[in-house]
Amino acid sequence: MNINFTLISQAVAFSVFIWFTIKFVWPPLLRAIEERQKQIADGLAAGERGKKELELASQRSSEVLKEAKQRAAEIVTQAEKRAAEVVEEAKQNAKIEGERILTGAKAEIEHEVFAAKEALRQQIADLALAGATKILRREVNARVHADLLASIKEELK
Amino acid sequence: MASDLELTPTSYITHHLTNLTKSVGEEPFWTLHVDTLVMSVILGVLGMGFLWLIVRRATPGVPTKRQAFVELLVEFVDFEVKNTFHGNRHTFIAPAALTIFVWVLLLNMMDFLPIDIMAWIYEHVFGLHNWRSVPTTDVNTTFALALSIWLLMIFFNIQVKGLGGWMHELFCTPFGKNPILWPLNLLFNLIEYVSKPLSHSLRLFGNIYAGEIIFLLLGMWAATGVTGSFFSVILSVGWLIFHILIVALQAFIFMMLAVVYLSMAHESH
Repeated sequence: MNINFTLISQAVAFSVFIWFTIKFVWPPLLRAIEERQKQIADGLAAGERGKKELELASQRSSEVLKEAKQRAAEIVTQAEKRAAEVVEEAKQNAKIEGERILTGAKAEIEHEVFAAKEALRQQIADLALAGATKILRREVNARVHADLLASIKEELK
Repeated sequence: MASDLELTPTSYITHHLTNLTKSVGEEPFWTLHVDTLVMSVILGVLGMGFLWLIVRRATPGVPTKRQAFVELLVEFVDFEVKNTFHGNRHTFIAPAALTIFVWVLLLNMMDFLPIDIMAWIYEHVFGLHNWRSVPTTDVNTTFALALSIWLLMIFFNIQVKGLGGWMHELFCTPFGKNPILWPLNLLFNLIEYVSKPLSHSLRLFGNIYAGEIIFLLLGMWAATGVTGSFFSVILSVGWLIFHILIVALQAFIFMMLAVVYLSMAHESH
């Protein structure tokens, strides 16, 4: 336990080491640590922001999806309606067309029947007239009995 | 070992506790413990140099393992300082605390070296007859540290409170402003100012010195024979393991007390 000059030299060494630490060791490390703390804080904040944005986006996407579904349903309903209409219209058209064709056919048939009847009547009248003419050749003067013949012709019509 | 002397317990212990001295003046005060100074400077340069080398390339990104280790150390010290000192700790107190902790820890850790093997190496490799490895078993080292802290304490007292403020504190605390109490206050404060560096330095010195003495005693026991060697080895290992705790704890306590003293100097009552 003898105090001597060693004490002073050790104190000098001590102060030099403290000076060295203050000057060269502490500041760079502190800077690095503080910088990292800031980076971590920034990263956490960014993460938080991203999470919020994701939430918003998912909310928005679900809204869009809902809208789209609604719209699709509307379109389907409309299409079904339109299809029903088209079918109905086609049916109507077909019916009208069928009726028209039927009417046309009927009219033609009637016309032909009438024409055939007319032709037949003409032939019968001609036959009858020919027959009567043959029978009455001598007695009947065509000029005299023209009125009678015309009335017979009229009745046969 | 002192080969030219007869080996007795006294000569053994005395040999291990003798510093390599060098006289630098007339008076007995002007002697230098070369071993203490050289060992502590080497260790300080190693410790601070190690920190500097790593810190020089410190990155705020992903740290290397070495940087992480230094950061762990620095943040441990910084945390303790932050809890005690409420000012800008980065300008002086925290780096000073780091220096104290690292340096004192390294000085104390010299105690782990096997004393007799080291003595043999010093004698036969370096040709040094007396060489003590552990600078903190030299009371000059611990007093140098404690007195430096003490002077800083007074410096900060005057810097923060002014000379008048410090005087006021010396005379008016802790008992009161009444002039009758002034002598009592002053006496009380003087005792405190004397006891602080004494207890601060002697606590460290005593613990480490006692640790070394116990190693020496166990070493002596080992020289008595087979039984002595057997128990000496077991007890040395036990004491060494316990000593790891003491070494780290004393370095920590020394640092904490320095921080507390300097913090108290910054605070007015």
